[in-house]
Amino acid sequence: MDDLYREIIIEHYKNPSYRGKLDPHDISFADNNPLCGDHIQIDMRVDDNGVVTEAMFDGHGCAISQASADLLIESIIGKPLEELKKLNKDYILELLGIELGPVRLKCALLSLKVLKAGVYGLGEASDELVE
Amino acid sequence: MKLNITEIRKDFPILERETRRGVRVIYLDSTATSQKPVQVIEAMNDYYRRSNANIHRGVHTLAEEATSMYEGAREKIARFVNACSAREIIYTRNTTESINLVAYSWARANLKAGDLVILTEMEHHSNLVPWQMLQMERGVELDFIPVTEDGLLDLETYKALLDRHPKLVSFTHMSNVLGTINPAAEIIRLGHEAGAMVLVDGAQSAPHLQVDVQALDADFYAFSAHKMCGPTGIGVLYGKTAFLDSMPPFLGGGDMIKEVKLRSFRANSLPHKFEAGTPAIAEAVGFGAAVEYLTQIGMDNIAAHENEITEYALERLEEIPGVKIFGPSADKKGGVAAFTLEGVHPHDVAQILDQDGIAVRAGHHCAQPLHEKFGITATSRASFYLYNTKDEVDMLVNGIYKVKEMFG
Repeated sequence: MDDLYREIIIEHYKNPSYRGKLDPHDISFADNNPLCGDHIQIDMRVDDNGVVTEAMFDGHGCAISQASADLLIESIIGKPLEELKKLNKDYILELLGIELGPVRLKCALLSLKVLKAGVYGLGEASDELVE
Repeated sequence: MKLNITEIRKDFPILERETRRGVRVIYLDSTATSQKPVQVIEAMNDYYRRSNANIHRGVHTLAEEATSMYEGAREKIARFVNACSAREIIYTRNTTESINLVAYSWARANLKAGDLVILTEMEHHSNLVPWQMLQMERGVELDFIPVTEDGLLDLETYKALLDRHPKLVSFTHMSNVLGTINPAAEIIRLGHEAGAMVLVDGAQSAPHLQVDVQALDADFYAFSAHKMCGPTGIGVLYGKTAFLDSMPPFLGGGDMIKEVKLRSFRANSLPHKFEAGTPAIAEAVGFGAAVEYLTQIGMDNIAAHENEITEYALERLEEIPGVKIFGPSADKKGGVAAFTLEGVHPHDVAQILDQDGIAVRAGHHCAQPLHEKFGITATSRASFYLYNTKDEVDMLVNGIYKVKEMFG
């Protein structure tokens, strides 16, 4: 059992490496998953070349949403913003190493939605960002 | 009479279902929707195989048959809630639509800016949003009977609110989260004494309690088939004849008219006045079969069984360190146990339980303000119906221990 709760997910949920806030920051964005109240905020610092130098996430919610946020942050540090714009659903699923049904997929994709809305400087995070 | 659960379970084919190899489903989500007995499935199946036709205006055999099945179901439902007459039973899509019917038809004809509508803090979104929409459109005022720490309605505050002469009191008979069974007769009596109309959201009470709308003296009572062994897509608004008669129609179209001219129409009599367009005929037939099924088993027997299971479940759940249960004690509630597990999000609890076939719901259960009141965003919710057993409660408890182990 427990494909969904691989050790890596529980580990990142219980002991996240990138939980917190960055102040000052260059980019900050937050959003909720209205279905379950998951909440994610992502703060980033970006250098003159548009490369992410530091990033943190904060929030609360289920193991899937929080672990995927931690894994996502870990994977984007050192990447140019332009590259982040290309990230999609498959990228997150690969990070998590699991398959998800439609309900839990929303939990997993919340952090990417927040990230991309922040990178694009949008007022609102829409589902289309991560399709 | 004690229920023969082994026999009852045989009526529900889905309970044999394995959700993964070797893992049989343990269905603890009847508050969201109940499972359906073969008696209901077969009734709908037979209708489509033998009698399907559009109702009311056809004169051929099939149309006559379909009409009498559709109207026959209405009679059964009327008897089930002890309405004075089947004319007081309006078919809708579900409880939500029933409440909206009152909000659109009765309330828009009778309420104006400044009029007070009293709701409670434990309402489902379906008994909040229609009134919020009316507030935005008409400027009616909303106020709320508070919920106590124990998950009960604060009736003293209610009495104080009544001094402000509300036009309508609308409340849930049984909370879909806390399970609280509210003292409906008393709330209605007090509301009437203050001159208010009273609407009861019966979505959770009609499936689980013996409901007598005349004894309650409810002006409106709304419920759904799918939570009481019937199909989705059909519900009922019960209303007292005098009120229904005085109300303007809801949706316009076929069947709700006596006569139509190019520039005018005359509305049909009850109950058809509120049933525009081809309705959910097979679903009505299924609903009729469902109330017949429940009546045959006996609502008092069902309530007693659920109470026994709920009492046992609360006792077992309370033993688990880190589990917090919301709502009153078993004697004041129906078969619902909403809980949190310290350190684990309800979604994770539900998902891990699912791996053992245990179906519980996680989230705010369409009662976000109630969760906010208790300072939480979500709960896991196990709910029980006539087919659930103590063994299933034990499996739930074992499953929760497993969750604790994983998140250790």
